[in-house]
Amino acid sequence: MGEQNTMTTANAAQSFINIGERTNVTGSAKFRKLIEQNDYAGALAVARQQVEAGAQIIDVNMDEGLLDSERAMTTFLNLIASEPDISRVPIMIDSSKWSVIEAGLKCVQGKPIVNSISMKEGEGPFLEHARKVLRYGAAVVVMAFDEEGQADTIERKVTICERAYKLLTEKVGFPPEDIIFDPNIFAVATGIEEHNGYGIAFIEAARQIKERMPLAHISGGVSNLSFAFRGNEPVREAMHSVFLYHAIRAGMDMGIVNAGQLALYDDIPAELRDLCEDVILNRRPDATDRLLEAAPKFKGDGSGQKAKEKDLSWREAPVQARLTHALVHGITDFIELDTEEARAEAEKPLHVIEGPLMAGMNVVGDLFGAGKMFLPQVVKSARVMKQAVAYLQPYLEAEKKLSGLDQMPSAGKILMATVKGDVHDIGKNIVGVVLQCNNYEVIDLGVMVPAAKILETAKKEKVDMIGLSGLITPSLDEMCFVASEMEREGFSMPLLIGGATTSKVHTAVKINPNYNRGQAVYVLDASRAVGVVSKLLSDTENAPYIQNIRTEYTKVRESHLANEARKERITLKAARDNKFKIDWPAMKPVKPSYLGARSFSNYSLASLVPYIDWTPFFQTWELAGRYPQILTDNKVGAEAKKLFDDAQALLKRIVAEKWVTASAVVGFWPANSVGDDIALYKDDTRSGEIAKLHTLRQQIARDPNRNRAHTALSDFIAPKETGVADYIGMFAVTAGLGEDEAIERHIKKTDDYNRIMAKALCDRLAEAFAEAMHEKVRKELWGYAKGEKLTADDLILEKYQGIRPAPGYPAQPDHTEKATIWKLMDVEKAAGITLTESYAMWPGSSVSGLYFANPESHYFGVGKVERDQVEDYAARKGWTIEETERWLAPVLNYDRRNTAAAA
Amino acid sequence: MRRKASWAALEKAATERILIIDGAMGTMIQQYKLGEEHYRGERFADHSKDIKGNNDLLVLTQPEIIQEIHGKYLGAGADIIETNTFNAQRISMADYHMEELSYEMNVEAAKLARRAADEWSQKTPEKPRFVAGAVGPTNRTASISPDVNNPGYRNVSFDELRDAYKEQVRGLIDGGSDIILIETIFDTLNAKAAGFATLEVFEEKDLELPVMISGTITDRSGRTLSGQTAEAFWYSMRHLRPFSIGLNCALGAELMRPYIAELSHVADVRISAYPNAGLPNAMGEYDESPDEMACKVEPWLADGLINIVGGCCGSTPDHIAHIASHAISYKPRALPTHEPRLRLSGLEPFVHG
Repeated sequence: MGEQNTMTTANAAQSFINIGERTNVTGSAKFRKLIEQNDYAGALAVARQQVEAGAQIIDVNMDEGLLDSERAMTTFLNLIASEPDISRVPIMIDSSKWSVIEAGLKCVQGKPIVNSISMKEGEGPFLEHARKVLRYGAAVVVMAFDEEGQADTIERKVTICERAYKLLTEKVGFPPEDIIFDPNIFAVATGIEEHNGYGIAFIEAARQIKERMPLAHISGGVSNLSFAFRGNEPVREAMHSVFLYHAIRAGMDMGIVNAGQLALYDDIPAELRDLCEDVILNRRPDATDRLLEAAPKFKGDGSGQKAKEKDLSWREAPVQARLTHALVHGITDFIELDTEEARAEAEKPLHVIEGPLMAGMNVVGDLFGAGKMFLPQVVKSARVMKQAVAYLQPYLEAEKKLSGLDQMPSAGKILMATVKGDVHDIGKNIVGVVLQCNNYEVIDLGVMVPAAKILETAKKEKVDMIGLSGLITPSLDEMCFVASEMEREGFSMPLLIGGATTSKVHTAVKINPNYNRGQAVYVLDASRAVGVVSKLLSDTENAPYIQNIRTEYTKVRESHLANEARKERITLKAARDNKFKIDWPAMKPVKPSYLGARSFSNYSLASLVPYIDWTPFFQTWELAGRYPQILTDNKVGAEAKKLFDDAQALLKRIVAEKWVTASAVVGFWPANSVGDDIALYKDDTRSGEIAKLHTLRQQIARDPNRNRAHTALSDFIAPKETGVADYIGMFAVTAGLGEDEAIERHIKKTDDYNRIMAKALCDRLAEAFAEAMHEKVRKELWGYAKGEKLTADDLILEKYQGIRPAPGYPAQPDHTEKATIWKLMDVEKAAGITLTESYAMWPGSSVSGLYFANPESHYFGVGKVERDQVEDYAARKGWTIEETERWLAPVLNYDRRNTAAAA
Repeated sequence: MRRKASWAALEKAATERILIIDGAMGTMIQQYKLGEEHYRGERFADHSKDIKGNNDLLVLTQPEIIQEIHGKYLGAGADIIETNTFNAQRISMADYHMEELSYEMNVEAAKLARRAADEWSQKTPEKPRFVAGAVGPTNRTASISPDVNNPGYRNVSFDELRDAYKEQVRGLIDGGSDIILIETIFDTLNAKAAGFATLEVFEEKDLELPVMISGTITDRSGRTLSGQTAEAFWYSMRHLRPFSIGLNCALGAELMRPYIAELSHVADVRISAYPNAGLPNAMGEYDESPDEMACKVEPWLADGLINIVGGCCGSTPDHIAHIASHAISYKPRALPTHEPRLRLSGLEPFVHG
């Protein structure tokens, strides 16, 4: 579940953009002084610190009455352009004066954000500025401000933003995803009653704006909020943190925040948190009074941040708790001391990393995942971790010497890199250290590494595998790209995937399919890395391990696709308009050698044995692998071999002693499709319709660029109006007659092993029978592929012409369609197979289905269907909607209770 | 706004096939071994400064040579030919004291190319030819200081660039160009000024032309001279809603590949590429043969990365003919659709969410 979430909807807090606010003369007295004194070197240092601390965008503001703001903006941005460490991130050009904004726009080569424009002076200037912003190539912040002033109520905020949105998108042609609204964060708890609703007004407005204009973004300057508590930093931080916690959930996705000084939501004392929440959410009339009254209590010694750092009570806790605290809060002061203490207690220095430090980082990961920590805070955690690892480094080296490991040849060579676009490397570094301690040679390319460099180095250094790391969501795409480049350049070495936003699901669904020559392997955390790498590099374990991963990833992918498949559908009409098209006039369907049903009883069991597909047999026993390779598999081979030998022995008895009887019935009828149904006729005059088969059509919404049909089985039969004489076949086979009795007779009640074995073998025989019969149909009974020559493997790979889909399976998920087969061929009498109330076949070792001969017919899955098809299908089958929904329950793309309630 | 009439035909041709853009102009001019007097012609016999090497001036003094070169490229199969105006704006022309000729050069250059293209469009009506008005980078950079000791200093401003480009683009349009091609971009801020100017001229004339954009990745660092990655560069130029984005110059086809792949991956418009004929040898000559170059370009075509392909420095009509003969067997890259997201850039890309 968790993995699904991180992959599909990136956690709101993780995608929240922190905009650094320290290069803002109105927000930072220090920065203002530097600019006033013309100390641009000092000002650049402030910018650099912000980027290093994790600011993803830096806000530059020079709005100070005594400054030549245009000149200051130009000078500072030109200087930033010469500092790659700073100018790698986008700039937010922040000014209330258009001339300053325009001066800034003329200095940046990247795509910046303009902060801000508004309708303060009416639509004319607003449109003019917006057009210029677009022409300069920037995104834009729009303040909720119109001719009447700044919006303070929910309604005004939403109305103004909507008006601006309309003007921007319709009159200017501004891309909606480049519009950022600032619906005004005003101070609360000022003592003025009408200010009490300002917090919740922003939050609620954000929610409505996001709902109505989902592509636009919401931003705001958070520090205004707590203006009333100047001088009481702990309370201000708590208010900001609580506000963000709620605003982000409502849709705020960026903000000017001093994230480095933001309290952790979970760290706020419960009492203070409740008081803040009362104020921000305006939950009680006396909220302000209560917070004002309690505020001094939380003030500490009055110096805010210092007060928090001086609170050293956490130093009393055991060493693990101290390490975790230091990691979560990004405190480096005691990290070496604590690491040393942990080292003294540990058996080996590596255990400190694998144990307490990893445990601490896991807490960080959990908090981040839950939206309770922000990226810059995680960057600080990483810094603490790096320092701890650096401290341990000499001990790790010494340990290696002591054990003689440094003398041994390297166990393998691994290239590691944080992918392009991502600067986060703590996880990768830890993995690197752990691997090195286990005598692997690690080539670490660092962060922001382009695919071309990774591949080039991998070739040059002849590495054994590549490990990619990433923390932010765009890295996921980049990893897919690296995988596809590896495929293109002919790599086949394993590709390890790790990092906070990566997941097994993403690896299986998105990355691995790009890399068919090799295998992408998701590594949950550093503690798993050695296990994974050693298996991959082991001569004996490699094959079974990769096989296991493949099987597992296939399952993951299928269940993911099934989940996804539940989502987007198109209308039945649209699906029908895009049916699978066959050039009927060019088709000459072959007439079967007979019409009507014919039974084949007491079929030779021995003749079926060569048709057995053994791979599913091993799956019954939960042994993963393809037959026959599985018999020599390094891991499960011995067990598989034993199982196979036992199976052969028992099969011999079943066949020789005729434990079961095999019977079949096969019939053919003239047929034509009528819409999504198939009409069957008694004879070639095609006058009297004797039965109708119903089919279901795919409704999945597809990429419109990929020209794929929405198929139903009826598409494979010539439509009536073409006048083409087409045919359909059907069959039911069993190899289970007498199965239960034979098992009772021959196998002891307590011998579960052989009982399961016998059932599994009868199942296989029934499937083999269906396969054998299909071949007989193609070559002889229908005779449309008389010259066919296929091996047993080809049969398993379904390389023949035509298909034999079964009701209840993906191409026709409706089990009740079996009833038509049973009725037309009198299957119960002809082959001894009965249908249960729920349309299951008895005996269980039976197979039934339809035959389609058209060379274009193929297997497919209908997937989920919409209500419009359910209604249509009900009418065709003569069912009520409820009945239809019951039988089609597993493929409904909607919750029937909800629809019923809504209808 | 009105659209240039030839736009629809260009759009159609680009949907049907991989379009071929011509090769180097400078390389071809060198073959004529022109001297100072050829450059001067009669009109500039008394000009105060040496002007040998002012290739853009040849549209005024040796128009038949330029027309002949256009003809050779068209004969080799080029769908798009570039006007001989790489440096024809007043900032670059200041080196020759010929600022005042900028507009005239662009008009004449576009007319020459127009005539050549129309001739071939008549010969091969099933393959209409197009004139791309070439807008180069100028010889100054708006985001890099020429003075190492004064990193905040600039020897050209955005406004100066914009005004110079406006004059150039007016000339190119007045002379009959079908396309505005902003190319060999090594400082994205220059290109943004060119783009700004182009949009202003469109508005002025109430006439819009397709815009092609082509940056230059200078080396294996994968960055422009001003430090942007290919993806960041795309986000900086995307607001122009160009007909195509791509790369040219500096690298041969082999080394250009990863950055073309990068653009192809991130951009939802057509991709163009016109690499150099390999890397210059010790003598500064390009010695990749037409066949070699075409074979190095072919994998891009096969992998569906490209919509428009041609050559830059060192390439000749023969190179273009070889590339064209390979391109004919491949389909143009299908345009992807990308989820709308806030995509910003500094030197590096930043995608929200």
